[in-house]
Amino acid sequence: MSGIRVKAKERNGVVDVKSLMKHPMETGLRKDKSGNKIPEHWIQDVTAESNGQVVFSAAFNTSISKDPYLAFGFAGKKGDTLKLSWKDNTGATESVETKIR
Amino acid sequence: MDRRSVLKVAGAVSAAATALVAMPRLAMAAYSDSAFKAKAAGDALSNLYGANATTPSDQVRLKAPDIAENGAVVPVEVETDMDAESIAILIEKNPSPLALNADLPAGTQAMVKTRCRMGETTNVTAVVKSGGKLYTATKEVKVTIGGCGG
Repeated sequence: MSGIRVKAKERNGVVDVKSLMKHPMETGLRKDKSGNKIPEHWIQDVTAESNGQVVFSAAFNTSISKDPYLAFGFAGKKGDTLKLSWKDNTGATESVETKIR
Repeated sequence: MDRRSVLKVAGAVSAAATALVAMPRLAMAAYSDSAFKAKAAGDALSNLYGANATTPSDQVRLKAPDIAENGAVVPVEVETDMDAESIAILIEKNPSPLALNADLPAGTQAMVKTRCRMGETTNVTAVVKSGGKLYTATKEVKVTIGGCGG
């Protein structure tokens, strides 16, 4: 089970993408109960590819909410695949592939 | 070192230099500390785009609530009819204002929606880069409970 949920729907040649990525997005400003700072942990880069081509890419700061929501659109067609991936500041990555409906 | 190998090395160096120059043409929005850790909105923009001269434009549409009850999750939408190369969201009073920078290859809609954190009542600015120039739209969001932690 991947931590990314993505929906891609084509209408009039435009693919609407809505995605939710499960991630704590720690700002590094929060403290735990004993007053120790919780270290920063956040998604830095998000990339979307369709048919091997980058169709959208974004860089996030810690000011993006926990479990980030991201929506965008690009020119594409039904049946193609969309690959969405992220990389966080610890170097961890995750990606998911979906068919455009 | 004879003449031949000197030439070889020189060739390799210039090839590497060309590759470096060609890099930005890949047009990927990559995270960079200099822009995202900047403490002032102007510095963030100059580190991101190499310039911070902006023009307010009503063609940039920024959608955000007037009042956000919970600063931890504030929906923000940016859209434009211009031919945009990239879109950035700045939250002025946050510890580091630049929240997001999206790169839009040809064929991608000039639109991005997300949810941001806001520590206090602040101006939110959407920056659209089009034809090498920066266009903005600004809106104040009143925050009842801050979302930066603490």
